Amino acid sequence: MPSSPIERHGAARGALVQVAFVLGLAFIAYEGAAMALAHMRAHHIPFDFGFWDQRAGFDIDQHLIPYSFTSTYGRAFFVGLTNTLVVAAIGIVFASLIGFAIGAARLSPNLIVAKCAGAYVEALRNVPLLLQILFWYNAVLKALPVPRASLAFPGHIFLNNRGLFVPAPSFSPMGVSLPVFHGFNFTGGARLSPEFVALTLSLILYTAAFIAEIVRAGIAGVPKGQGEAAAALGLNARQTRKYVVAPQALRLIVPPLTSQYLNLFKNSSLAVFIGYPDLVQVFAGTVLNQTGAAVPVIAVTMAVYLFVSLIVATAMNLYNRRIVGVAH
Amino acid sequence: MPAAYVRATPAPVLPPPAATGRSWSGLLRNLVGAPQSLLLTGLVLALIVWLVPELLRYFVFDAVWHGGAAACRAANGACWTFIGQKLPYFVYGSYPPDQRWRVNLVFAIGAGLVIWLLAPRAPARRLGTWAAFLVYPALAFVLLYGWPALGLKRVSSDLWGGMLVTLIVATFGIVVSLPLGVLLALGRRSHLPAVHWASAGFIEFMRGVPMIAVLFMADTMLPLFLPEGFEPDRLVRPLVGVALFASAYMAEVVRGGLQALPKGQSEAGKALGLRYWGIERLIVLPQVLRLTIPAIASTFIGLFKDTTLVATVGIFDFLRTVDSARLDPNWSGPTITTTAYSFAALVYFVCCFGMSRYALGLERRLAARYGRTAG
Repeated sequence: MPSSPIERHGAARGALVQVAFVLGLAFIAYEGAAMALAHMRAHHIPFDFGFWDQRAGFDIDQHLIPYSFTSTYGRAFFVGLTNTLVVAAIGIVFASLIGFAIGAARLSPNLIVAKCAGAYVEALRNVPLLLQILFWYNAVLKALPVPRASLAFPGHIFLNNRGLFVPAPSFSPMGVSLPVFHGFNFTGGARLSPEFVALTLSLILYTAAFIAEIVRAGIAGVPKGQGEAAAALGLNARQTRKYVVAPQALRLIVPPLTSQYLNLFKNSSLAVFIGYPDLVQVFAGTVLNQTGAAVPVIAVTMAVYLFVSLIVATAMNLYNRRIVGVAH
Repeated sequence: MPAAYVRATPAPVLPPPAATGRSWSGLLRNLVGAPQSLLLTGLVLALIVWLVPELLRYFVFDAVWHGGAAACRAANGACWTFIGQKLPYFVYGSYPPDQRWRVNLVFAIGAGLVIWLLAPRAPARRLGTWAAFLVYPALAFVLLYGWPALGLKRVSSDLWGGMLVTLIVATFGIVVSLPLGVLLALGRRSHLPAVHWASAGFIEFMRGVPMIAVLFMADTMLPLFLPEGFEPDRLVRPLVGVALFASAYMAEVVRGGLQALPKGQSEAGKALGLRYWGIERLIVLPQVLRLTIPAIASTFIGLFKDTTLVATVGIFDFLRTVDSARLDPNWSGPTITTTAYSFAALVYFVCCFGMSRYALGLERRLAARYGRTAG
């Protein structure tokens, strides 16, 4: 409780500042909203979700849930959302694998391996992700041969300018469906579009460079004495890594690692540039252009990203609390 | 009671511990000692032996250094004459050629200011800060956009492009986001709940959404919220988006610095009788900004890379000019696309890597001067 005259004075001033601040914000928000409403009425721009159940009338190349051009805008939203989540999930798994490997390689006593890992990190980190996506898409994947002259890899994997053809599980009959060249194109198996391959590959390679740096800093952040103490206790190198270095390094690695995962998730929106049908391309792009409903569309798009960020941040805080709790 | 044992002769001198530094024999042992290490070394060496000559062949020996589009069409290597031919477009976009001296002047003044502010032991840095943050933006705007009364022709922002736009977006981003980020960071640490929640909400919102979504929002929604007839310029909308986006990240950097500063500093300020703004301006912020210079530099590198995204809303930044030039039908060689992207990658790499090296050097210098690790 404020008791002295000075503190009371400070509290009164603080209250006054807050009231003025809130009133100012409210005034700006009110004026902006009124202006926007007037604009939208004058130009017949929709500002409700009436479009949600209307027929979309456009096709989407890749859809994991049933979709055709007779589906609704709402359906298109969910197609975009699942496509974003697929890229993010695959990207996070492989970026982690590569990132951890390269991060560890940077600390390798083998000088050549360490230097090469360092060169990878610097080269990938210092070139914009968009440029890398465009490079993989336009300079590499688009320049591949036609299906007839596909590059064949072991394991029935084929790469050509139509995409990457891989074996896929099939359910009737139970088994594996292999891609087979037939006529002008491949049938069977699964086709990963060049857009999908370019986006996922660039996200993986780019994010891996950042993860490698986090892993390196995390391992280097464990005091040298810890390893020496483990050696003094008679632990061998593998045990030292597993029981002494790794648990302590993880505590340093996990928080920035999560923010890299979120970055990858948000960066998947660069799909717009090569036409991969992710949430932003389908919903904030095509749907927005067709319906003109700028405010609801942007609001929903933002809400999706905010929702995921919020969940990950909360999970992160819980994890952090648990880890710090173990330490004390 | 007599001592049980007294040493009468000096103990023998122990040999020094084995050297832990690098030596040729140690290096050799690391490279080929263990079987898996030998295998790794072999694999990496094979990769280098295969990759380096191939890159040299493509970018140097088989590359077209002289000769026109016809030579490039037949070439099996990079087409550097294409880059040379298109270089003015990459730098100025479609800015009228007879007016490009204005852009050069803006570049020159900007370079001068950067050297003034970043060089160690430069004189009158405070004056330079004011010049860079207030005078320079206004001057650059007048020079680039034109002012017929002064004899400078109007040049619509539709014609601006290339490196010019990339630098405008990056500079505008840093010039606005630094002060705004400081305010937001102070707001987030405020004891006034309204100010705290408003700042925290804004920061978390901006950090939670992709920059492309922010650019889309600025492009489609900004005109809605402004009075009729006050259509913001096509280039201004993404500038606003980039500045707000960068401010949120800058705010978190500054907040990290604020948290690292011992509480005793502001308490001492209070004891001296200073009020809130006096404490922040005279005691806290100078120390915090010095602490966070490396982090600010790395935020700026991120911002510089993110400027490429303004192409979503139809702005011709450097990457967009490169990407559109490669589709020029006059230069339809098979290696044009790779050449164009390689050149752009090299430019971005040199800029970003240079900045990160500078930040690293600065960090070391600050750590040496103030006796602790900065940042």
